[in-house]
Amino acid sequence: MKQFDYVRPATITEAVAAAAQPGAVFLAAGTNLLDLMKGGVSRPDRLVDVTHLDGLDGIETLADGSLRIGALVSNADLAHDAEFARSYPAVAEALLSGASAQLRNAATVGGNLLQRTRCAYFYDTASRCNKRTPGSGCDAREGENRSHAVLGWSESCIATHPSDFCVPLVALDAIVEIEGRGGRREIALDELHRLPGDAPERDTVLEPGDLIVAVRLPPAARGFAAHARYLKVRERTSYAFAVVSAASALRIENGRIAEARLGLGGVAAKPWRARAAEDALKGVAPTADAFQEAARRALEGAKPSGDNAFKIELARRIVVRALTLAAAGTPARIPALPASPFASTSGAIHA
Amino acid sequence: MNHSISLTVNGARRDFVLDDPRVTLLDLLRERLHLTGTKKGCDRGQCGACTILVDGKRINSCLALAISHDGADILTIEGLARGDQLHPVQAAFIAHDGFQCGFCTPGQIMSAIGMIKEAQAGNDPERIRECMSGNLCRCGAYVGIVDAVLDAQGRMDETNQRRSA
Repeated sequence: MKQFDYVRPATITEAVAAAAQPGAVFLAAGTNLLDLMKGGVSRPDRLVDVTHLDGLDGIETLADGSLRIGALVSNADLAHDAEFARSYPAVAEALLSGASAQLRNAATVGGNLLQRTRCAYFYDTASRCNKRTPGSGCDAREGENRSHAVLGWSESCIATHPSDFCVPLVALDAIVEIEGRGGRREIALDELHRLPGDAPERDTVLEPGDLIVAVRLPPAARGFAAHARYLKVRERTSYAFAVVSAASALRIENGRIAEARLGLGGVAAKPWRARAAEDALKGVAPTADAFQEAARRALEGAKPSGDNAFKIELARRIVVRALTLAAAGTPARIPALPASPFASTSGAIHA
Repeated sequence: MNHSISLTVNGARRDFVLDDPRVTLLDLLRERLHLTGTKKGCDRGQCGACTILVDGKRINSCLALAISHDGADILTIEGLARGDQLHPVQAAFIAHDGFQCGFCTPGQIMSAIGMIKEAQAGNDPERIRECMSGNLCRCGAYVGIVDAVLDAQGRMDETNQRRSA
């Protein structure tokens, strides 16, 4: 690991100023960053440790019914907050389907949003990777790429964003609060992550020094609690990234879908909001035909980036199944195997 | 630049001067305190052999910078037994053959103690397996590990009930 300077700012303002310097990065739990630094993938000159900053580890309901989650709240503390899990069950299920219990205890909300891709060529410093070394090329393009993107990719990068947490968050219109050199601002989570285009080295729209201080769920996000699920296909049942995942949330009134939300994971460089599919579900009955039409629309424009054409059909089936599970109702308790198609208590329904 | 930190390790306060900020909690425990019960398996957060409790919560010590954990309260496998009297989870791993080669065992035991404290799995073996999925065992002693966790959890519940009665 390359040598670095370590600074521990006392305030958010100091943290932003320290991290705005070239070569500086924020350190939260470090569960992804340290791994990248050990592999020589990330080589920062300076770590700005934000874990000791006050006021970033709370979960609070605001006057308008929004929920504000501090950026330093751990993944485990958020998922195990009973009120949170009742109000946003698909988010809790997604959190518990990610990583391991040890990692969830350490990893933070802000860190989860900013984790890097797990593309093996990004991790292997002997390989060409435009995300790691701009302009060097992409060895994934002709390499082992069955897990890579099928939506929004470019010739310069076919990596996917690995977060589970972000998938229901983007579906529920989550907002990211950012403290930067110009003060406080906020953006939709859907606008945080960038598609690769010809600059895949930039994962997000954040500028140097920008610190995510909180994630907010707007009041409407609570309206889906009765019909919300996360479903995630993995290469093994637990402790693995998604091959494909889907977050589905329905508001059902008088037997019809008043409003639908749908996000996909493991398919693109960002958590993928499927708005065309949502539009197709508005006002219709929650039937298998409607869900299949939604799935068709969700994957419109998808194309293989390598040996991964199977992911397009897999994603369609996962969408149908996630919507079917959501329509059946949120289970009283998160299944023993969260988000797993093999969960014995999920009321498994085959698409 | 040197950095001073203090930690409580297995109940005793320890002060350190770090001349390099790259030291992980895992390396600090093993190299500076010679507490080699905590194992370095993958060193990348994938195997769980380095699991310790930090402020009561199980984490991977290989992915935690010591310098960032100034003031933390740390419990390792060496802090469990009272003299010859093993912790109930240690005793249960022996009783149920929860290991073969033993390399992953300190991490398994610390993870199991953290899991029991988290109180999410209850007595459901499927939930215990899921909650322990961050600890790999290359010998494949998983059946014994789940039995050991179930047994130890039951004994610890009984002890707690006797204490509160």
